[in-house]
Amino acid sequence: MKILVCISNVPDTTTKVKFKEGDSLFDDSGVQWIINPWDELALTRAMELKEDAGNSVNEICVIHVGGASADATLRKALAIGADKAVRIDACPADAYHVAGQIAEYLKENPFDIIFSGIESSDYNGSSVGAMIAEFMDYPGISSVTSVNLDDDDIQVNRAIPGGKQVLKTETPFVAVVQKGIAMEPRIPSMRGIMMARKKPLEVKPAAELEVLTESIKFELPQEKGACKMIDSESAEQLVDLLKNEAKVL
Amino acid sequence: MNFEFTEEQLMIRDAARDFAQRELLPGVIERDEKAIYPTEQVKKLGELGFLGMLVGLDYDGGGMDTISYVLAMEEISKIDSSVSVIMSVNNSLVCWGVEKFGTEKQKQKYLKPMARGEKIGAFLLSEPEAGSDATSQRTTAVDMGDHYLLNGTKNWITSGKSASTYIVIAQTHPELKHRGINALIVEADSEGISVGPHENKMGMRASDTHSVMFNNVIVPKENLLGEEGFGFKFAMKSLEGGRIGIASQALGIASGAYELALKYAQERKTFGKEIINHQAIAFKLADMATEIEAARFFCLKAAWLKDQGKPYGHASAMAKLYAAETAMKVTTEAVQIHGGYGYVKEYHVERLMRDAKLTQIYEGTSEIQKIVISRGLVD
Repeated sequence: MKILVCISNVPDTTTKVKFKEGDSLFDDSGVQWIINPWDELALTRAMELKEDAGNSVNEICVIHVGGASADATLRKALAIGADKAVRIDACPADAYHVAGQIAEYLKENPFDIIFSGIESSDYNGSSVGAMIAEFMDYPGISSVTSVNLDDDDIQVNRAIPGGKQVLKTETPFVAVVQKGIAMEPRIPSMRGIMMARKKPLEVKPAAELEVLTESIKFELPQEKGACKMIDSESAEQLVDLLKNEAKVL
Repeated sequence: MNFEFTEEQLMIRDAARDFAQRELLPGVIERDEKAIYPTEQVKKLGELGFLGMLVGLDYDGGGMDTISYVLAMEEISKIDSSVSVIMSVNNSLVCWGVEKFGTEKQKQKYLKPMARGEKIGAFLLSEPEAGSDATSQRTTAVDMGDHYLLNGTKNWITSGKSASTYIVIAQTHPELKHRGINALIVEADSEGISVGPHENKMGMRASDTHSVMFNNVIVPKENLLGEEGFGFKFAMKSLEGGRIGIASQALGIASGAYELALKYAQERKTFGKEIINHQAIAFKLADMATEIEAARFFCLKAAWLKDQGKPYGHASAMAKLYAAETAMKVTTEAVQIHGGYGYVKEYHVERLMRDAKLTQIYEGTSEIQKIVISRGLVD
């Protein structure tokens, strides 16, 4: 069984976000890149499934759509334990474009399970996984908190309001995973780090695909003002401030 | 001159940092206060390969360079120097010595399990009457023909109880003085070995430090490390590399304390502003940052020389001296910046200050480092 884990390359959470070219582009100079946290959890779960001797998982591949600045992130995924990395050499224009590129790769290189993090910590689009499933006409399951393989019986849990839904499915399918899919991301071992460069990192040319969106402008959120503390006994004062000062009522 | 780290070195640094935050930070204060050996933490450290970082891949180690080791030691030591001293002794003093001077049989039997983190090593040189003066060995390893008979006492032994493999420095031919000293691999469960109680230390309290007594312990001849009479040189060469480990540990203690002080200074307000905006505090932090950066360069230079196969004893002595003195100064200032809060255990800096003191003493006191450095000036 082969697992494909979709990896986003995102700025470290301490990055000071700034823009360039008239605020139309994200300024990535000096940015520290990391694996998207949800994708890292997905990779961890894929590793656990492979290491479980009772399963038939024999290959984990990570895939990314983007430029060479992501190669270090992909090598970290290899250090964590992925067998192979693939980078589609394209500027990731939007979720449709990214999902389309991955789908084109899947058409030539089929996988049994495709993991995609529920969102990336930069654009928070929450779309790529579902779009891949749609492009490939595979079952796509969202908000996945666990995937278990019992021989070839696949059980997937997903979070729903107030509880969980337990599903059975067959390969191939797309699991859009969220927190809970693994306890915590795996730390690469020293041997893993040293072996990472010996594992294949294939760079594939981009497919000719439509881009549906154009980014016009970025804006930073307004700076938060100072916090005003209102006594819990003073509901009238709160209403007055919300109506006359904040003007939200 | 390239001051940038490689991708692998940065990955190693980040892995050590993540490990320290996730596995070492929880419970570090309690482990220190109650002198609880970090069993689970050391096991996980070993599983990730941190205990055999420098050992070649052929012997199940990480095959890493010394610069990577410095980076990892700094990150681990920022949080828990009880764990980092176990890591340093295993890597620098025990694994290094066996890999460099051991026979193939010794490497297969002893090095591989230590490199994999399955077993811990300890380095037994110090004695009640022989600390800085390591030539005054009273522990004897009498040549009995087909084995050595070991008798004596070693003290201040890191991992004295938890180690399975000891490297013991002992006198075989006293008439030859330091040229009659041997280095022997001794299995810790050998008959005749007894371990004293856990030393109740000022700092690094969670690492197990013990006296180890040998009473007619039989050590097979095949466990001799290097040639007859090589023991003192072996110990000195091992300590040259060990200094890089302890220098990096001191660097980590200093940088950990500095980061805590910097954070505190940006949060604590007095006289209407954050204390970092008071020049008295700002200048302290500036001095701390500068000295830490200098200590880091010393450590990395010594590591680079070792990786290049160049002589590094002089550089490692400078690194250890400077980093240890910096750790003591910086941690003291970190407590000062924290004010009253710095004096309580909850804020970590008092523990770092207690930990820093040992780096000025063990694996060659600061005074011994000055002897090494001053002799090197005229050589």
